[in-house]
Amino acid sequence: MSIQELGTEQEVAVEMITCVIDGFEITVPKGTLVIRAAEKLGIQIPRFCDHPLLEPAGACRQCLVDIEINGRAFPKPQASCTIPVEKGMIVKTQLTSPVADKAQKGIMELLLINHPLDCPVCDKGGECPLQNQAMSAGHSESRFEGVKRTFEKPIAISSQVLLDRERCVLCARCTRFSEQIAGDPFITLNERGALQQVGIYEDEPFDSYYSGNTVQICPVGALTGTSYRFRARPFDLVSTNSACEHCASGCSMRTDVRRGKTLRRLAGDDADVNEEWNCDKGRWAFKYEVAKNRITVPMIRDAAGQLQEASWPEALAAAATGLKNTSAGVLVGGRVTVEDAYGYSKFARVALGTNNIDFRARRHSGEELDFFAAAALTATYKDIDKADQVVLINFEPEDESPIIFLRIYKQVYKRAIKVISIAPYASRGSEKLKAKLIKSAAGNEIAAISSLSGLSSKSVVLVGERLVETEGGLSAVAKLVEQSGAKLGWVPRRAGECGAIAAGATPNLLPGNRLVTDAPARVDIATAWGTPSLPTEVGMSTDEMINSDLQALLIGGIDPMDIAPDAKIKLAKKFVVSLEIRQSDITDIAAVVLPVAAVVEKSGSFIDWQGNTRSFESAVSQSLNRSDVRILSMLADEIGRSIKLTTVKAARAEFDSIGNWDGPKIAMKSSPAKAVNAVADGEGILSSWRNLLDKGSLQDGEDNLAGTARKSVVVISGSRANKLGVKESDLVRVSNNYGAITLPCVIADIEDSSIWLPRNSLSSQLIRNLGVVSNSVVKVAKA
Amino acid sequence: MADELIPRSDEFGLAKANEAKVPITNHESASFSKQMLGFWVTFKTMFKKVNTVQYPEVKEETAPRFHGRHQLNRHPDGLEKCIGCELCAWACPADAIYVEGADNKEGEQFSPGERYGKVYQINYLRCIFCGLCIEACPTRALTMTNEYELADDTRAKLIFEKDDLLGPLRAGMVPPPHPMYPNTDDGNYYRGEVTTSHPSQGVAEND
Repeated sequence: MSIQELGTEQEVAVEMITCVIDGFEITVPKGTLVIRAAEKLGIQIPRFCDHPLLEPAGACRQCLVDIEINGRAFPKPQASCTIPVEKGMIVKTQLTSPVADKAQKGIMELLLINHPLDCPVCDKGGECPLQNQAMSAGHSESRFEGVKRTFEKPIAISSQVLLDRERCVLCARCTRFSEQIAGDPFITLNERGALQQVGIYEDEPFDSYYSGNTVQICPVGALTGTSYRFRARPFDLVSTNSACEHCASGCSMRTDVRRGKTLRRLAGDDADVNEEWNCDKGRWAFKYEVAKNRITVPMIRDAAGQLQEASWPEALAAAATGLKNTSAGVLVGGRVTVEDAYGYSKFARVALGTNNIDFRARRHSGEELDFFAAAALTATYKDIDKADQVVLINFEPEDESPIIFLRIYKQVYKRAIKVISIAPYASRGSEKLKAKLIKSAAGNEIAAISSLSGLSSKSVVLVGERLVETEGGLSAVAKLVEQSGAKLGWVPRRAGECGAIAAGATPNLLPGNRLVTDAPARVDIATAWGTPSLPTEVGMSTDEMINSDLQALLIGGIDPMDIAPDAKIKLAKKFVVSLEIRQSDITDIAAVVLPVAAVVEKSGSFIDWQGNTRSFESAVSQSLNRSDVRILSMLADEIGRSIKLTTVKAARAEFDSIGNWDGPKIAMKSSPAKAVNAVADGEGILSSWRNLLDKGSLQDGEDNLAGTARKSVVVISGSRANKLGVKESDLVRVSNNYGAITLPCVIADIEDSSIWLPRNSLSSQLIRNLGVVSNSVVKVAKA
Repeated sequence: MADELIPRSDEFGLAKANEAKVPITNHESASFSKQMLGFWVTFKTMFKKVNTVQYPEVKEETAPRFHGRHQLNRHPDGLEKCIGCELCAWACPADAIYVEGADNKEGEQFSPGERYGKVYQINYLRCIFCGLCIEACPTRALTMTNEYELADDTRAKLIFEKDDLLGPLRAGMVPPPHPMYPNTDDGNYYRGEVTTSHPSQGVAEND
């Protein structure tokens, strides 16, 4: 656990206070806790319940010290984690005060009375604060001769987290985390005295999206993760600092690998981004990289239509032949690293000579391209910390970027800042944020956006990628921000999207936000790349490429089901070169399949929604798989138009040397709003978003994680329920010309004409089942 | 000078510079009486008790606490004592032990309590037979036998797996996996209160 002070930003001059700890004088800001002041001197006071990001509890009493103020001593040792320093305070820790030392040893002895001696079977063994401090601050012998209190062990408080109540020292870190940080108080302390224990509510399981953090901050082995149960000891593991590939929050992570296999991932410390937390998806979804359908050798489709394993030279030659001298395009996918995106971007322009490149494997529009080029995205996590209000437009932070949710919740908890959410209904996340909901049906957000008032330069407007589904939505937001001076953040769901924009993996932009239509900007890049010229026309978008008569496509990690139900069939008519880590719908139809490295096997970086670079090193160093950019470089050589990016480092260096465009930005064109959908009786406007835990392909094979996913339901309004004659959890059928979905309903305060479904959850995969995801009229009936 | 010997310590540059230049010579000629003295030592030895053992025809017993091949022991009902805690691997100075623990699931109980050693390997190419692993073992699962015949023709054969290391099933033991003795917990096992298997655990081995 980190002991440094995190996330406390002193804006104004704070009163400083001088005190003496163990004979050393120290000056600290007013309000600093004694234990924290001691840390600054390098004096470590043992502790269990104290955590710099949680409110003080004084629950474990391990940090007792002798305190004297202005000559008056406290009659008994005091818990240094709850007492702020004061002027003239003289603190004596266990190092100088025999009384404090004896008190600490006594507390340790009491804590160990009921603590079982099962360190050898405990997952925390070897990295356990209780073990360590029992060695440093405990007696070697116990005077306790009675029978230890026992509980049934372990009990699963969710499919991911196991609770061993015998081991608990009642520090209340987990319960405080759940209440103060995650806002999910599903876990509490029950009973009293020796029988006091951590428990969950019977009717509400511990299905918090952040439950993994309680495992990480538990100072004993009371809370352990099911996936990591008995898998390794700390000395087996090689730890690498990494970045999370699951969303654009940009969490710092630690990946622990044993013999080339990722066994666990922990939240890393980064005060500017994720503090010390992460979400359960980031923590526990990593088995996809060792899935059975992993591809490790290149493959070529033979005359019979079967993929056959091939050597690298054969596969590259086959791919080059198909891509050369034809009309081609590149679909990048939203999960690439910046270096890989840069490789795709340069490959499209130099090797294929086209601007037909798009990273968007989701709903998209031309308006969005303008938005990428024109919008000034300035919001950061720190702006949320200081914001007077936060506006969420088609953005559910808890599901779509969970660390942003934690950051907003922190301010809601501390300062009760105002949160406004434009959405069809108040999700659990916006309820926790006590958000003021501006109910609006999908496609009707523009009215809600223009109704917003009272924004200042201290306000933060966060826009989700889903706003693209409403024509004119992004223009309305750009206008709103321009008029109010509020800080704007655009938060895509996938980790690689911001990086892909920066690297120019879009039809209208070159690396560094340079417009392809802008001659001076083109000259910049052409000089850097040493090419005589670059294509001058804006290229095709993902949809256009799929629907066009392009002969060949180079495709990175995308799922055609994210784009359109018939995308796979259309792609099958083209010559497809697929760069993939696993067998997928794309490799099914690809002429050539080239295996690439998964995130833990390569180095690189992502750009998070704030625009910060989050670089990471390869965690599995023995892997033979290569990053996309290296393969693209080989392929370009084979085509005969080299892109000279033979390593990730080379790509990084070249990308850094290009830098951002410093010329004038273009103004956002205003796109007209589309007429709002009209709804007849028995119809509803479909709205949806992806739940954090769903059928996403990076969560494959994680059954424990899937166990805490929220149930698939269809959300309808009370009046619609009356009309349909259904009660809560009755089955409701949602259908259109394409297909139908039948799910239990939840009656909520949803915009009356709207219904809501999860976009890609179990038994509710909208593109697959309905062919649409939102902003479309569907029939709603009792099933 | 062919018979001039350079002191060996000079190889390491330890000898002082001027000392290194003084040659050690064997000019002293051996007298006949001195030669006879040497032969006498040889002759005298012929009448001493012979220590040589005709291995492998004859095998001598080792000292009782000789550090030989390891053994993974069993509880009296046949359950494995190893709980897969990896303390042996942690203690091993030669990094010769590899352990992977796993969860004792219902119907798949290999050891008393929650955890058992799913993978257990000792690499005898690395093992230095120091016995620190034995000291580290919290359940007395790992001990050393007196077996010393550990030679083979491939490296792979000298990595002993759990099956190679597990002690034999003695009379009264039921081969795991099987449930724990009825109405006991792991504490009863460690206190030695389980002395044989119960019919509900399965069919026991006869001696």
